[in-house]
Amino acid sequence: MKISIERGTLLKAVGQAQSVVERRNTIPILANVLIEAEGDSVSFRATDLDIEVVDRAPAMVERAGATTVSAVMLHEIVRKLPDGALIVLSEDAASGRLTVAAGRSTFSLATLPREDFPVMASSEYSSNFAAPAPVLRRLFDKAKFAISTEETRYYLNGVYMHVSTGEDGPVLRCVATDGHRLARIDAPLPEGAQGMPGVIVPRKTVNELRKLLDDDSATIAVSVSETKVRFATPAISLTSKVIDGTFPDYTRVIPTGNTRRLEVDASEFAKAVDRVATVSSERSRAVKLSLDEDRLVLSVNAPDSGAAEEELAVAYGDERLEIGFNAKYLLEIASQVDRENAVFLFNSSADPTLMREGNDTSAIYVVMPMRV
Amino acid sequence: MPSLCRACLTLTETGTARCPACRSPRIVSHPELADLSIAHMDCDAFYASVEKRDNPELRDRAVIVGGGTRGVVSTCCYIARISGVRSAMPMFQALKLCPQAVVVKPRMAAYAETSRAIRAMMEDLTPAIEPLSLDEAFMDLTGTARLHGAPPAVMLARLLRRMETELGISGSVGLSHNKFLAKIASDLDKPRGFSVIGRAETEAFLETRPVRIIWGVGTAMQAALERAGIRTIADLRRWDRGDLMARFGQMGGRLYDLARGEDRRRVNRDEKVKSISKETTFDADISDADLLDGHLWRLAEQVADRAKAKGLAGRTVVLKLKRGDFSGISRRHALPGATQTADRIYREAAALLMPERGRAPFRLIGVGIADLCPAREADREGDLLDPDAGRRAKAEAATDAIRARFGRDAIIKGRALR
Repeated sequence: MKISIERGTLLKAVGQAQSVVERRNTIPILANVLIEAEGDSVSFRATDLDIEVVDRAPAMVERAGATTVSAVMLHEIVRKLPDGALIVLSEDAASGRLTVAAGRSTFSLATLPREDFPVMASSEYSSNFAAPAPVLRRLFDKAKFAISTEETRYYLNGVYMHVSTGEDGPVLRCVATDGHRLARIDAPLPEGAQGMPGVIVPRKTVNELRKLLDDDSATIAVSVSETKVRFATPAISLTSKVIDGTFPDYTRVIPTGNTRRLEVDASEFAKAVDRVATVSSERSRAVKLSLDEDRLVLSVNAPDSGAAEEELAVAYGDERLEIGFNAKYLLEIASQVDRENAVFLFNSSADPTLMREGNDTSAIYVVMPMRV
Repeated sequence: MPSLCRACLTLTETGTARCPACRSPRIVSHPELADLSIAHMDCDAFYASVEKRDNPELRDRAVIVGGGTRGVVSTCCYIARISGVRSAMPMFQALKLCPQAVVVKPRMAAYAETSRAIRAMMEDLTPAIEPLSLDEAFMDLTGTARLHGAPPAVMLARLLRRMETELGISGSVGLSHNKFLAKIASDLDKPRGFSVIGRAETEAFLETRPVRIIWGVGTAMQAALERAGIRTIADLRRWDRGDLMARFGQMGGRLYDLARGEDRRRVNRDEKVKSISKETTFDADISDADLLDGHLWRLAEQVADRAKAKGLAGRTVVLKLKRGDFSGISRRHALPGATQTADRIYREAAALLMPERGRAPFRLIGVGIADLCPAREADREGDLLDPDAGRRAKAEAATDAIRARFGRDAIIKGRALR
């Protein structure tokens, strides 16, 4: 194998691949990226056995072939080479090394045979549809923060993507929760997604997927089966196993009878929460919200370290209410609001609270209160 | 050289073989006797001594305190030790060595009560007491000589005498200039010992000792040191601090100081509790899921009781298992919020046990909480996906209230009967 490729192109392709590679690896080949050159393009394939990413880039292929080298090392080398350099990758079959040459720099890297590289079994996708990048970006970005990291509830360690019915008809819905907060984000159902099986997309896949979604004009081809999900652009395809488990029935968690309505400027609210939480010495910083006629007082009372209070002008017309929350959770949901005011719907100080942006029900958040 | 008679507490300036006042041979002489003030007191075969005191028939017999035929030796008296019995030895092995021994089940309540009485006597000497367990403690008597009108050595000898006459329990004292050496000293002359390690002899004293005597050097650390060619404290002294730290991290720095008899740790009055745990060793190895579950629940309940009594809660739940071949398994899970309820502790421990079931049978199971915080930070957040959790917590609070009034057995969960 011998190819020439522009440094920027190579850096992007290898960068995407190497981020999938697990840093702590017990199987040596999994630290490597599989480079395959054919025709006028080269592909870089990396996997952690759960996720596989294949990145294709145009290159001048002098001699077709394939080999594997350390993904992290190749990425580091390419990163350190000067911008605009032309890089030549050539495999020496005799020595079993891959030479990376650019200008006056030459590197010789150990390789492992391509035959040893695990290729994810292709699967039959029962559902295929296309979605604009910004739509998927919104679905996953707004849900991501609520993904649980608790391994004991492994079925919560991802975003539940499924078909459901919203206020205006069928929707593609993403839900994530860790038992303390929940995010439910809807988008109009793309053509061809009807009948898609619901899948739990693992956290790592969600993070990798994000890199495919930066380009506003891109269209993402989504394929779903019971066990796998695939997101692809012409250049990159990301295939991932889905979490083998049942996502809990989240619908009964979402309160429907909360009537006490608070409307507040989300960014002012977030800043105030952040300020008062400073004095809390506890790991889970509890903030108390005291609501009265158009008035919200945020307060923290930490016996060991001090107290803080801040008043905000808000729209609230119901009876007095005092309710506590983990400051971190409030900050996270408030930061999801980007256009209108945040609307909180409370019931009692012990019941889950609902938050949405204005009257938009396509993105709602539920947060559990905390005893203060 | 200052000498102290441990029988009549007479302090003299000239070292003699017998006390000039009472003719007792129990004399302790040391040039720095009147100047040292950090002490470590360790009761002699504490549990066994309490048993012998409470049941005089046992006085001249070998006594082993421990649980069941499957348990291990908690403590054994000095008669049993002659046969080679040691604490932490499996019971069957102990009984093979000393078949005539009387095995007594531990009566923790009695030991705790005696321990409290000893603690009260120590409080008369100094407020700076750091208990290590029921039967040993560090004491810092620095600056108490004026108050007591006697140097620390005299007060310590008096303490031992009071323990013997008032409580019927003997102990050994180590007196030195820091905790590390005091702890070593108390072990030099057991039982009924009184040993002194002065500043002047510190280096020479440590020189030939094996590294094992350093507190915190266990089997694993000892093996690691051995690989580096370090067997004695003298070997250790040949290394410089940087090399030790490069090889053993933080512990390396401590080893460097301790090898020189330097230990700046203070005697901490109540060392903070770092974890609460309970464990049980089975009479026969268990694989049955229901039986394990029952044990898990009872242990979780005991841990929760202790946490509630101390006003503490844990942010981490720990599960400990020991298999038939003695290999240990330890699993821990950090919770998103602290808890002190038996319900939460049990559920988390059960989740930790689930993937380990295949490794049964087990001979021991333990449950604990760690990463402790005040109870007011506990169980403040409900779980969206477990709406019944709040009701179970209320039920547990009600159960606690009923038990406080009518006793532990007034109300129990069916699960506890497994």
